[in-house]
Amino acid sequence: MDNRKLISLPMMRPGQSGRVIQIRGGQGMINRLNSMGILPGKKITKVSSMLMRGPVTIQVDRVRVAIGFGMASKILVEEE
Amino acid sequence: MKVLLMGNPNVGKSVIFSRLTGVHVIASNYPGTTVGYTHGYMKLGEKPAEIIDVPGTYTLEPTCDAEEIASRMLADGEVVINVVNATNLERNLYLTLQLLEKHVPVIIALNVWDDTKHRGIHIDLEKLRLLLGVPVIPTVAVTGQGIKELAESIPHAISLDLPVRSRDERWAAVGDIIEQVQRITRRHHTWTERLEDASVSPLTGGAIALSILAAVFFVVRFIGEGLIAHVFDPLFQNVWAPTILKVSSFLGEGGLLHDVVVGKVVAGEIDFVESFGLLSTGVYIPFAMVLPYIIAFYLVLGILEDTGYLPRLAVLMDTFMHRLGLHGYAIIPTLLGFGCNVPAVLSTRILESKRERFIAATLVSVAVPCAALQAMIFGMVGAHGGQYVAIIYGTLFVSWIILGFILNHATKGFSPELLIEIPPYRLPSWQTVFKKLWMRVRGFLKEAIPIILGAVAVINVLYFFGIFDAIARFTAPVVSDLLGLPKEAITALVVGFLRKDMAMGMLAPLALSAKQLVVGSVVLSMFFPCVATFVVLLKELGVANMLKSAGIMIIAAFLAGGILNLIL
Ligand SMILES: Nc1nc2c(ncn2[C@@H]2O[C@H](COP(=O)(O)OP(=O)(O)O)[C@@H](O)[C@H]2O)c(=O)[nH]1
Ligand SMILES: [Mg+2]
Repeated sequence: MDNRKLISLPMMRPGQSGRVIQIRGGQGMINRLNSMGILPGKKITKVSSMLMRGPVTIQVDRVRVAIGFGMASKILVEEE
Repeated sequence: MKVLLMGNPNVGKSVIFSRLTGVHVIASNYPGTTVGYTHGYMKLGEKPAEIIDVPGTYTLEPTCDAEEIASRMLADGEVVINVVNATNLERNLYLTLQLLEKHVPVIIALNVWDDTKHRGIHIDLEKLRLLLGVPVIPTVAVTGQGIKELAESIPHAISLDLPVRSRDERWAAVGDIIEQVQRITRRHHTWTERLEDASVSPLTGGAIALSILAAVFFVVRFIGEGLIAHVFDPLFQNVWAPTILKVSSFLGEGGLLHDVVVGKVVAGEIDFVESFGLLSTGVYIPFAMVLPYIIAFYLVLGILEDTGYLPRLAVLMDTFMHRLGLHGYAIIPTLLGFGCNVPAVLSTRILESKRERFIAATLVSVAVPCAALQAMIFGMVGAHGGQYVAIIYGTLFVSWIILGFILNHATKGFSPELLIEIPPYRLPSWQTVFKKLWMRVRGFLKEAIPIILGAVAVINVLYFFGIFDAIARFTAPVVSDLLGLPKEAITALVVGFLRKDMAMGMLAPLALSAKQLVVGSVVLSMFFPCVATFVVLLKELGVANMLKSAGIMIIAAFLAGGILNLIL
């Protein structure tokens, strides 16, 4: 990767937008996220995250999706 | 002809299904309401067509059980009605393209059409039809708009057999279509959207959840009590009691037949809880004690389900539920369990792994009392004071947590991660709320009345021949020494296997102290599932796990009951 700054979903601020660059997970996880429209290239906006390693809620297209902390940490986003 | 209704979760398939077939199914504003499948018939021209409400799926490359079922059903569908959510075309069209790659005729119901305008979404229908190459009919399932056209279009479904594409090509194609047909106009955030986000943010979310749960509790009690005090009780005391007394004198005021039909009459008075005849207790418990709470609970649950709040509660509870070996979505079976454990156990299918389903089903059976049992607890224990009711709920709650912890550590595997779509808030449509309420109330009456009446008759006969005395002598050590209950309470525990509301009723004539009632209620809640729950547990878990689960229940019940007996 060049000098773009990648951060994972839990590290984003609520309200911040970015583009998904990479999903670091097994094929099963990639498939599940993919079928919900979360895949490299997609623009997403973080809505909120719960305390104590709780789920992260994001908006992708016109839907809100809640993603468990572990899975969310494996989704890398380029900040906008 | 076989017509499949297919689409993403929570797009309105079940409402469309009801509209087409007249068969009522439960529809709610959260993904995963339809876990099995339902079928019904409609007239299509001359011949009847079979319509199937397929569980929602995001993709035909199955990633979970519901999707597995969906793709298998596709194999023998003759026409697919692809239900698409117009407010979220991007995500929905992915499945549409997959369907068009299969050898199956498709038409598209562009549902939730009513919501597009105020969300600032403009869709060029003509262009969409052109690009997809199949009929597209805008529909509003909740009002019925477009349903007639949809039905008339079924014979015009077109099979395109597009070449099979890779995933990325498919998403690219979706992007292309969206670019050409959809235009979004900017607009201000509405107050529901602000509330939507507030309920999944840590601080505001917790406050909202607590207020909602408190409100639910008070509203259910208010409606339940109100119905009892102002409708059902007066009806029974003023109208039904004199009628039964006439029957009583007609039957000669005594004897086996009299005791079965009317029950014990003391000093010319019917005691509806204690008389224990078919016409007295057998009718009073289901109608005057339980039904009011069933109505109250399901009315409130139905509203809650349709607003779209429940998935948010799942997000809020996720971290905590992981400690119990589950993830946040398990809160939905848990809440359903407060109505009836049967649909609760069935809905554990929305959880991904066998392990989670076992833990969730066991926890529900042990620690979540159904509405019928709760109604009896309110009625009988509440009379001694609210603090006793609180002890019962407190004990169940603590047991839920402790048992969850234990199961999480003792069961192999780990709990999968939460991944759910959060639907927008909607004002519930009163039509769906009341239809759903009626279905559930009818379900209760159909299930409960025959079992309760049958049990009353059989129990009376067994009493008459002194069978219970024999059993009671045999089980006295456990019942009296461990739980501190009179040895006759064993009959209630045995009947608890049939119906728990009935079983609570059988504790009434024993003149228990408040403490004994608390112990009895807790043991009844925890110790064994009623026969209906038992059957679905067996079906869902299999014999081995069912036995394991049942063993856990019995141990947990006697532990909790024994401890309460010691410390209270
Ligand atoms: N505004 C609006 N709401 C709808 C429409 N169709 C369904 N709904 C609501 O969307 C939710 C999901 O419906 P349901 O039939 O359970 O979806 P399914 O999961 O696809 O079977 C329910 O709360 C319905 O009341 C529609 O056309 N417009
Ligand atoms: Mg459905």
